[in-house]
Amino acid sequence: MKRSAKDVIASTSTISRRALVMGGAQLGVIGALGWRLQSMQVEQADEFRLLAEENRINIRLLPPSRGLIFDRNGIAIAANEQNYRVVMVREDAGDVGEVLAKLTEIVDINPANLSRAMEEMRRRSPFVPVTIADRLSWEDVAQINLNTPALPGIQAEVGLSRVYPWGADLAHVVGYVGPVSDYDLSRIDDADPLLQIPKFQIGKTGAENKLEHTLRGSAGTRRIEVNAAGRIMRELDRQEGDPGKDIQLTLDSRLQSYVQARLDGESAGAVVIDLENGDLRAIASAPAFDPNLFVRGISVPDWTALNEDKYRPLAAKAVQGTYPPGSTFKMVTVMAAMEAGLVTPDETVYCPGFTDVFNIRFHCWKRGGHGNIDLHESLKQSCDCYYYEIAQRVGIDKMAEMARKLGLGVRHDLPLSAVAEGLAPDKEWKSRVRGEEWRIGDTVNASIGQGYVLTSPLQLAVMTARIATGREITPRLIRLIDGVEQPSGLGESLGINENTLRRIRASMVDVCNHRRGTAYGSRIMDDAHKMAGKTGTSQVRRITPEERAAGVTSNEDLPWERRDHALFVGYAPFDNPRYAVSVIVEHGGGGSRAAAPIARDIILQAQYGGPPPLEAYPTSVRDQIAEQQRRIEARVPPGAKGRDRV
Amino acid sequence: MSYLEYNTKYVPTGLRKVLHLNWPIILLLIAVASAGFLMLYSVAGGSMTPWVAPQMERFALGMVLMIIVAMVPIWFWRNMAFVAYGGSLLLLLGVEFFGEVRMGAQRWIDIGFMRLQPSELTKITLVMFLAAYYDWLPNKKTSHPLWVVIPVLFILAPTMLVLSQPDLGTALLLLIGGATVMFLAGVHWAYFATVIGGGVAAIVAVFQSRGTPWQLLQDYQYRRIDTFLDPANDPLGAGYHITQAKIALGSGGWTGRGFMQGTQSRLNFLPEKHTDFIFTTLAEEFGFVGASTLLVLYLLIVLFCIISAFGNRDRFASLLTLGIAMTFFLFFAVNMAMVTGLAPVVGVPLPLVSYGGSAMLVLLVAFGLVQSAHVHRPR
Repeated sequence: MKRSAKDVIASTSTISRRALVMGGAQLGVIGALGWRLQSMQVEQADEFRLLAEENRINIRLLPPSRGLIFDRNGIAIAANEQNYRVVMVREDAGDVGEVLAKLTEIVDINPANLSRAMEEMRRRSPFVPVTIADRLSWEDVAQINLNTPALPGIQAEVGLSRVYPWGADLAHVVGYVGPVSDYDLSRIDDADPLLQIPKFQIGKTGAENKLEHTLRGSAGTRRIEVNAAGRIMRELDRQEGDPGKDIQLTLDSRLQSYVQARLDGESAGAVVIDLENGDLRAIASAPAFDPNLFVRGISVPDWTALNEDKYRPLAAKAVQGTYPPGSTFKMVTVMAAMEAGLVTPDETVYCPGFTDVFNIRFHCWKRGGHGNIDLHESLKQSCDCYYYEIAQRVGIDKMAEMARKLGLGVRHDLPLSAVAEGLAPDKEWKSRVRGEEWRIGDTVNASIGQGYVLTSPLQLAVMTARIATGREITPRLIRLIDGVEQPSGLGESLGINENTLRRIRASMVDVCNHRRGTAYGSRIMDDAHKMAGKTGTSQVRRITPEERAAGVTSNEDLPWERRDHALFVGYAPFDNPRYAVSVIVEHGGGGSRAAAPIARDIILQAQYGGPPPLEAYPTSVRDQIAEQQRRIEARVPPGAKGRDRV
Repeated sequence: MSYLEYNTKYVPTGLRKVLHLNWPIILLLIAVASAGFLMLYSVAGGSMTPWVAPQMERFALGMVLMIIVAMVPIWFWRNMAFVAYGGSLLLLLGVEFFGEVRMGAQRWIDIGFMRLQPSELTKITLVMFLAAYYDWLPNKKTSHPLWVVIPVLFILAPTMLVLSQPDLGTALLLLIGGATVMFLAGVHWAYFATVIGGGVAAIVAVFQSRGTPWQLLQDYQYRRIDTFLDPANDPLGAGYHITQAKIALGSGGWTGRGFMQGTQSRLNFLPEKHTDFIFTTLAEEFGFVGASTLLVLYLLIVLFCIISAFGNRDRFASLLTLGIAMTFFLFFAVNMAMVTGLAPVVGVPLPLVSYGGSAMLVLLVAFGLVQSAHVHRPR
């Protein structure tokens, strides 16, 4: 069709006009795109850069090596052991089944672990190393390394795991570590990123738990670049963390080991304090358990056995257990009375074998009574009626005050699990907690360490240390942290009249060394190492008037859990005290027979720094002691196991 | 105006035509394609394979085709317009029945030596056809309802076929490209106002229909719309691509992270980094400077086409040139809007830069038509 010239011009101008509109619209769109680019790339560039970096950079934690724990002589009691494990990278292995079959020919691998590892490999990306076996021996690792060409994708890695060379001997003090659990995370307020590492080991009980922050150290970091699938492309940088700090305890692991051995077979607790500085030389609880079982993950039968044992191996009886102190509390009663000026040492009290207080009859342990008895003899022979009398004079509040002054009924600050507060009862306590009025009978019971009074072996040892020195000795468990000496436990004078202390000590010397003293059987013959002390026997049951009339049933005729607790507190040497000791044998019977000999052996061992000569013992018991020493020496010290240790 | 009226005396003949090609456009095409080679080299981790070498070969082939098409007189192409349109419609129907299904969409047809995407071809043939139609139609009939309905039907036929593949992006491009030619030809404003009003109503209807039995779009299309409206909603699923693309783009900053230093693309955080999302790699590695430079290059190509059309009194030639310029513009504008999060992810490649054979060949043939119009313009 032919167009006129006019038509062509009209058509061209229409197209041009409309093209301008189109061009304008296009410019508008380009402007919007340019503005969008500018706002994203210039204004928000930093935000997007950050997001890009977050995409590509992963921060991996480098766990620090845990601080070591040493005893006072520098012997390791918690160490780190090299631990070999085998990991597999699926994409390097080729035929996974074939490689694993070859691996099982070389080293023994639990089939359950193997199937778990194969499951994990299927689930995860092919480049993620999966642990096949853990805790391999060095020989196994050498075998694997030798066969590397036949085992593509298999690598041996080395890690550190906790080991307790002394096994059960220090279990209650050191505690153990274990993998951090959800329960731990919910309970502790700790933002440390290390806790987010799966299976990261933290202290669960004992010093490992209480000194966790010192021992743990801080995490190092490794910044790595990853791609969208999570594969590590390269390491960008690495910052090493700080290893945990080493700790030296005041314990003497050899003495501790001896005490554990000596308590073997009993359900008992014992504490030894150094009077120069309050250092705890031994804190033993028997029976004990092997903490290494927990580090590896304890088996169900082992766990059940520990839990169902009536001797309660998991309980740290020396610091957690509280017991009526029995006659070992008599020092508190008499010192309170003397300090109040309500009794003089020469005054005598008549003991007919019982005391009636408002129609209630309280008995002395000696049926016929002690007759007229003064302070010295009352402690030496442990007459109860004397204390019934003076306790009524002095009153419970002053007794409780003296108990606290001597370290009973107060929580001693030690880095151990569940340190017991015990109980030094007074009127205020009873009305607050029991909602009842204090009765005079309660005072009479408390005067001989029965009734409401509760103490731990640790507290009794502190009491003895304070009586022996007259100073405020506080127990100390940590000697050095990272080489820095911790404050001494030797405090100021307690402000107790020196005359009072001298009288009490003289009586305690005679308890052990006078023919009529209750612990005369456990006397030490060696003049330079003689012991002073006090026995205690605390009832765990009520003796009915009928039983008393028929004759009190002897401990041997009672079931174990109804027998009396046997206690002994003491210090030595008697003229220049260096060590204080306390021993409790749960349901052990009489203190003089069950607890005092143990205390004697422990304090001799402490003084000699090893087995004492037989001459230190009375001739009558030397054969028996020689046999006992042989038995304990024959016991393989758990610390003797040799392994690679760091 | 038919070729009989051309004052052929002044139209260059033989090899002299080469001198009369629109050389600025050719140089700009080479510049843009080179940016593409550079980016394909980068996303391959510094390697000519697997993308750069084939892309260069196809570009060379495309340039040769462009010159050949340019040498052929424009009136030949006008006479071929209806045949070309009919042929591409048949190919679209062929895809419908014999097409190869890839990535959930039926778009490809195997024609022996290469896989052809007929919807790409249709973008150009539709524009050609409409330009020829308005060249034939007398001016005063342009806005007559009957003569408006006819081109609308010719636009809707391929659009519906493409939509059924389903390829929403190309369908929209066809619709807008066709409408642009109608608009340029001088169809009355009122039609466009009506259609835009109807379009808005349709969008409302689409959203209202969601979840009902007469739902108008596929679920995946609704999800893309959701993702577009709020990509942060589903950062690891549907929104992952666009979120990562925006991070790559934004982290480029002023001057970029440096050639082959873009962490988002190098570490595979970017999706489809050699095809639809290649612009984000460029923006990441060369920053705002690089991205806006590419934008300016594209704009210049469109601008030179518009200038060429303005100087061309032939109605078919100028409508064709402007239509192709608009199609080209829609390509890169939709792609950039998509990767910058301004538009939904509809699967439109970046012209001449994204890796892909048939799109590039079709585009270069289209520029051959632009060149032919330029060389054979009435003087």
